[in-house]
Amino acid sequence: MSDTVNIDETRVPPTRTPAFEARLKKRYAAERRFKAMGLSAIVFSIAVLLFLLVTMTINGFGGFQRAEMKVPVDFPAMGISVNTTAGDEDAIVRDLQNQGLPEIVQFSAEEALGSEGAAELNGEAWRIVARQIAADPNLLDRENSFWLPATEDLASAYAGDGKVDLQPLAAQLSERGLLDERFDPGFMSRADATDPQLVGIWGALKGSILTMIVTLLLAFPIGVLAALYLEEYAPKNRWTDLIEVSINNLAAVPSIIFGLLGLAVFLAIFPNYRSAPLIGGMTLALMTMPVIVISGRNAIKAVPPSIRDGALAVGASPVQVVFHHVLPLALPGILTGTIIGMARALGETAPLLLIGMRAFVSSPPSGFTDNATVLPMQIFLWSDEIDRGFVERTSAAIIVLLIFLLLMNGLAIYLRNRFEKKW
Amino acid sequence: MVMSESAPASLAERIQDHPDDVVDEATAAVKMSARDVSVYYGDKKAIDNVSVDVFSEYVTAFIGPSGCGKSTFLRALNRMNDTIPSARVEGTIKLEGEDIYSSGMDVVQLRARVGMVFQKPNPFPKSIYDNIAYGPKIHGLAEGKSELDAIVEKSLTRAGLWDEVKDRLQDSGTALSGGQQQRLCIARAIAVDPEVILMDEPCSALDPIATAKIEELIDELRGRYAIVIVTHSMQQAARVSQRTAFFHLGHLVEYGHTSDIFTNPKKQRTQDYITGRYG
Repeated sequence: MSDTVNIDETRVPPTRTPAFEARLKKRYAAERRFKAMGLSAIVFSIAVLLFLLVTMTINGFGGFQRAEMKVPVDFPAMGISVNTTAGDEDAIVRDLQNQGLPEIVQFSAEEALGSEGAAELNGEAWRIVARQIAADPNLLDRENSFWLPATEDLASAYAGDGKVDLQPLAAQLSERGLLDERFDPGFMSRADATDPQLVGIWGALKGSILTMIVTLLLAFPIGVLAALYLEEYAPKNRWTDLIEVSINNLAAVPSIIFGLLGLAVFLAIFPNYRSAPLIGGMTLALMTMPVIVISGRNAIKAVPPSIRDGALAVGASPVQVVFHHVLPLALPGILTGTIIGMARALGETAPLLLIGMRAFVSSPPSGFTDNATVLPMQIFLWSDEIDRGFVERTSAAIIVLLIFLLLMNGLAIYLRNRFEKKW
Repeated sequence: MVMSESAPASLAERIQDHPDDVVDEATAAVKMSARDVSVYYGDKKAIDNVSVDVFSEYVTAFIGPSGCGKSTFLRALNRMNDTIPSARVEGTIKLEGEDIYSSGMDVVQLRARVGMVFQKPNPFPKSIYDNIAYGPKIHGLAEGKSELDAIVEKSLTRAGLWDEVKDRLQDSGTALSGGQQQRLCIARAIAVDPEVILMDEPCSALDPIATAKIEELIDELRGRYAIVIVTHSMQQAARVSQRTAFFHLGHLVEYGHTSDIFTNPKKQRTQDYITGRYG
């Protein structure tokens, strides 16, 4: 014991010494450093995100356009008619084809663009004319101008590369106002094709939607029921511990393994449904389910026990406690987990490769058992193509995928806020 | 009964002056009786051989230091311990002569007959109306909306909350103040018209004014229900109860008329506790 320990009147309190003030300064400095690091992390992520979005938009914007040529067709002089009673659009298109519409369009193109230009008119161009006539037969009453897709070669030449000998023609047509990059709304309604001028994203988008529906319908109820059972009913013993470890491991299994599982199990049971959204959805559901179980269990655990006690004490049965109180309170968390799992499934390519969803599918799937492909797979397939036109189309497909993803997340946030309750 | 600000020293006198505390054992009906009840958590014995009778129309208080097992015993009375996997109950607890742990007793029905109010107010994150209506709804006690409305109004009125919330029945129950929330929980418990109400330290999270209101409420309710209240506050036990049980380390040390326990305890441990020598 020294004298300094004794309390005397002149003693400086330990919180007023210079050493204490120096330590205080250090503490504040540490806090400022930490804040600055956190802020720079956020700035960095925003910058990366902006870079991604801006470059993607700039590159992808061209993907929603295509090179089209202006072709006036003098219908009254050609003497074709449309039989509106012929049936659906396809029947009318066939009827117009029989009446010689392809030759009429080709002839009109030669008149307007010269033979060199007309040679670069896309072979499918007359179909666009035919469909417009089917939609509006009055077009036949007078001369009308159509913007029709050019060939891939001319489109490349117009963009400044591709075949060098076509570039003067492209420049000349463009100067006369007969060739232009025009917005292509058909991109959102067509399916895959071999010609980048004629491809569309709707086939893949619809395939993705159908696949996601199957995934959601399977993974959500099974995942939520499994989470509820494990949290509310299952006894805590070695078996449930084992199940918990297995589910956690399942969530970490590389996705391609799930593809092999889908190939070995689902395609063995349903061999005729190769590349169908049904099988794809089932495979992705296997992958998504563990994520839903894990997030669901956490959300259920977060429901305060006092709410369960309160419900039990007024005489609610365990099932009533779960469905009237626990599940509604856990739902926002479960939905968040579900959407994370679904977003992952939406962007998944590897498992779908193995069950045949990389097939070339030239028409949108009409149902869950039709051949289909999905958005990320379409992106992968297009990015593999050598034609220049596919580069921009790939970027456009990426934009569609990202928008789809944002819409899904937006829906999840909306649902979460709607169901969220404070206690 | 209104809470008084007087010091614990005058406690004994106050109890003696209190006319409510005259318990006529001859006319009082035994509502619940516990015989040789032991409660285990795994291997640990939390309650050792406790025998207590709960009378109709009386308030029974369980007092004792923290961890003495009074809440555990209370939760055994409506089988809330069933939710704890390791808990095990021995002995018999009877509600009007029926063993509540027998296979013939339905636990859902038991909890409708023996309601409970918890230490921390725990209204459901629903509207005030739905909080009260939930019990009657799941038990099918009301036919039609008007009958349900009547139950809600009656329960809230009995809980002394009607005038404060009648204009905002659709507001969330969690938006009320702590004291109002606790009265809402009491209203929720009485909405299913139970025979016994168990209260587990209902005022420990409340300020003195809210506490006084709850105590007043307990006093009004006791004519209608058998009430068992666990409390840390000896003053509260003295103010609201007619019978008091003193628990210590899992044992029931002494059980009797509240006035006797506080003025003339038979056991030295009770004497030490109520005079503040330990606990």
